[in-house]
Amino acid sequence: MSTNDDKAKADALTDTGKQPEQDKPEKGNGASGSILFFFLVGLIASLLVGWVVFPELLYSKKKQPIDFNHALHVDMVDEGCESCHFFREDGSFSGVPELAQCIECHEEAQTDHPEEIKFVTQYVEKYREVPWLVYSRQPNCVFFSHAAHVRLAEMDCVTCHGPIGESTHSRIYEENRITGLSRDIWGRNIAGIKRNSWDRMKMDDCAECHAEAATKTASEGEAPIEGFFNNIIRIAFPGSLSGRKSSVQTQNEACFVCHK
Amino acid sequence: MKMDRRSFLSFLIGGAAGTTLSPLPWKLTDDLAIWSQNWPWTPVPAGGEVTFVETTCMLCPGGCGVTVRKVGDRAVKIEGTPGHPVNDGGICILGLSGLQLLYGPTRVPAPLRRAGGRGENHWEKISWDDALALVVEKLAALRENRLSHTLACISGTDGGTVGRLMERFLTAYGSPNFIRTPSMRDAYEMTLHLMQGVQASAGFDVENADFILSFGSGILEGWGSPVRMFRAHSAWKEKGVKVVQIEPRLSNTAAKSDKWLPVNPGTEAVLALGLAHVILKESLHRKEFVDFYASGLDRWKNEVISKWTPEQVEAVTGIDKSTTVALARSFARADHPLALCGRGKGSTPGSIGEFMAVHALNALVGNINRKGGVWAVPGPDYIRWPEVEMDATAAAGMQQPRIDGAGTEKYIFARHLLHRVPEMVTAADPSLVQALFILEANPYYTLSDSALLKKAWDKIPFIVSFSSFMDETAQNADLILPNHMYLERYEDVSYAEGFNKPYIGLAKPVIHPQFSTMHAGDVILRLAKALGDPVQKAFPWEDYEGCLDDTFGDALETLRETGYRVEADFAPGSGYPVFETASGRFEFIPEEIRDAGMQAMVQPQGEEPAFPLILIPFDSQRLANGYIGDPPFVIKTVPDTVLKGDALFVEVHPETAKAIGLSEGRAALLATPKGQARVRVHLFEGIMPGLVGIPTGLGHQAYDGYLAGKGVNANALMGPVEDGASGLNAAWGIRAKLSRV
Ligand code: SF4
Repeated sequence: MSTNDDKAKADALTDTGKQPEQDKPEKGNGASGSILFFFLVGLIASLLVGWVVFPELLYSKKKQPIDFNHALHVDMVDEGCESCHFFREDGSFSGVPELAQCIECHEEAQTDHPEEIKFVTQYVEKYREVPWLVYSRQPNCVFFSHAAHVRLAEMDCVTCHGPIGESTHSRIYEENRITGLSRDIWGRNIAGIKRNSWDRMKMDDCAECHAEAATKTASEGEAPIEGFFNNIIRIAFPGSLSGRKSSVQTQNEACFVCHK
Repeated sequence: MKMDRRSFLSFLIGGAAGTTLSPLPWKLTDDLAIWSQNWPWTPVPAGGEVTFVETTCMLCPGGCGVTVRKVGDRAVKIEGTPGHPVNDGGICILGLSGLQLLYGPTRVPAPLRRAGGRGENHWEKISWDDALALVVEKLAALRENRLSHTLACISGTDGGTVGRLMERFLTAYGSPNFIRTPSMRDAYEMTLHLMQGVQASAGFDVENADFILSFGSGILEGWGSPVRMFRAHSAWKEKGVKVVQIEPRLSNTAAKSDKWLPVNPGTEAVLALGLAHVILKESLHRKEFVDFYASGLDRWKNEVISKWTPEQVEAVTGIDKSTTVALARSFARADHPLALCGRGKGSTPGSIGEFMAVHALNALVGNINRKGGVWAVPGPDYIRWPEVEMDATAAAGMQQPRIDGAGTEKYIFARHLLHRVPEMVTAADPSLVQALFILEANPYYTLSDSALLKKAWDKIPFIVSFSSFMDETAQNADLILPNHMYLERYEDVSYAEGFNKPYIGLAKPVIHPQFSTMHAGDVILRLAKALGDPVQKAFPWEDYEGCLDDTFGDALETLRETGYRVEADFAPGSGYPVFETASGRFEFIPEEIRDAGMQAMVQPQGEEPAFPLILIPFDSQRLANGYIGDPPFVIKTVPDTVLKGDALFVEVHPETAKAIGLSEGRAALLATPKGQARVRVHLFEGIMPGLVGIPTGLGHQAYDGYLAGKGVNANALMGPVEDGASGLNAAWGIRAKLSRV
């Protein structure tokens, strides 16, 4: 007993069976062509999304409350960056100046520049702190001591912060919508590639410098191959070879030197 | 080109490959990791410069110096100030929780006017100008009607500039009714006044004492200046100083003492007299003091010898006669023995007979104004404002007797008798108090006999609280004029409880006021100004800081720098100073009070058999029971055997519990002649049978959710018992009944 369905199946079978041999490669070529095509469409679209659209979406753009001219200020002060970004008596770093500091010079408007007027009327007169957006702000779990780097290791500001002192305007602050941090931490290059030491401020960047420094001092006198392996050990297990802890100051091990 | 299933898949694969080759997944993973390690809702203190401000704690009468650590504009930690004469770096649990009071939800944010019925806690924010105008209007009307004396102020402070400004305001306005909140200080001041003829507070040279005989004083529960006492206690342990604790319940102090003598409650004074008996009989007293500097010994000796033999003492106190004899001997033979009294934290004055008996013990061993003894510390002398020039109204008002009766014939030695006020207010019509100010006090919670208090409260038409916090009194006021809290204001602290040297601490603003509050001193000055002359004339200062400047003069600068001033070389140790009594000697039986003073015992309220047990309140360092309630940190330290959830546990001896049929944790009804409450039972062998111990400091209706509604207010179950001789509240317990529910 046969049903219509059975018949249809049988027809289909016959159809396939009847297909001329020479058609196969042609049809096969067409199929793989479209497969490749769609593969490429997917590939290119996702690359575009990943490289172009995603970074656009990830960061919101914000303007600083006051357009600040670093170059102008650096010219007028005696002690360079440290005139405003100074170390406190207890060795902690003051970071972005507070209003009280600015007021020392700007109790009244110094020029009739609109930004200067805005600063004085909106912040100085109302004694309101300026809500500066800090490009270099790290997540809260990071502990960083300026004193150790600037005072002890005698590094200059530019190494990490770049030539910000030469800027005449405040850049747009791009805020990562997920972390709330500035784009400067990951770096402007979304692939994370950097050309200058100040292009990124991620942990890898800290590690890079620290590994270099550790290698320089520790591996003196070691045979190249020995030095290579020892370096790996030094980075993975700080202090294990020298008996010295990662932090000279706190004598702390590994993670807790930099992580709270 | 059509998209079939295969091309769709390849599109996906292409997409996946492209995504992998793009920074998207790696960057996203990294960002999410950062986000998840720094949850944006977790509060992180703002960064900033770390600074330290040295100031004075005002949360209890301890007068400790504290150092507040700040980061930027935020106070982040309170610690004891090292080297401070009172607490030398130590701090108590309440003091270190001060920041929770500063930033917590119990602050009164602005002047508030009652919007609903009293106590309903509906408020309307009003401006300071309006708030002050309301008060001025009310006061001006009263004064005009010659009712100035019906303004009263209940104050937790009286020696410093703020307390004195308030008192001065009342004087210039025409009211004698400035009433300080009660404490053992009243009884000690009166004792020194009667026996030594001086107006002074009692200081104890605890650091140099070598034998401590404590009649129920909670040395580790917050008696005196608590941190100083903890430190002294540790030092005693190191030096092997013997501590004997006399009280009916095994408190922390008792548990850590060398000897605990569970005495029948309320009979401590009898034990003191029994010890005196032995000392006198065996002639162990220090003759060089007693013979040359004291008077009335013979009369007193006769009484003590005839009435209080060790046998009689045993019958009353329950302390074995041989123990009394041995204790008297070791006390008298120590080089610097020191007897202390004031039960628990000393928040109730106590009977003058008891204080005098204990003080007489110190005198017997010559330990008055001497190393390791009790020192009479003169009151603060830095406030030298000109006399108030009173107009006729003020003078007439000041002629009126005080509402609490203090200083009247019957209560001639008493200076403040707050416990009498509710009764007096309820008794008269119209109310003797038409307007009430409350400064640094929470009488609505701390006064006993709540039922009577509420009646009195209802009869007072206008109640103004100056509290920084929404405490019970503020909640039941008509108007709140919130003071800056102590970390936001200048104020001199003229006194550290029990400290043996004249001392001034300065509280300084650690941070800017967090709310729209105003210094109580400034409020007083503004009220005076608005009332016009003659009240205004008494206040020649622009503002409170001006008044402080004027009061201290150049000394203010040094006080600002160091945070305190202490007369370090104040030492009455070099010979005995002249006593200012009529005889010029120490009086064992002051003439003025000769019969009454020997009434050593005060009976608790209530009768058997309706109330077969006796309820005794007990204090703990973990429960603040004064003006300030426990902040969250502190209430967390209260053990489960005291408070579990909202349930309060009373302590009962297992035998007593068994007789009533109560077991550990069982719910029970605790009733006294003054009220009743549901409690749970904690069986405790450290409390004498027949007693019920109730912790103080709980049962708040106000403050925050950590404190309000937890446990039972012991004050509500108690009632004042007036000491016949002094008028002071001498209640140490009340008869009670505990029944199963
Ligand atoms: S003992 Fe009193 S004064 Fe001292 S820190 Fe504690 S609460 Fe403050």
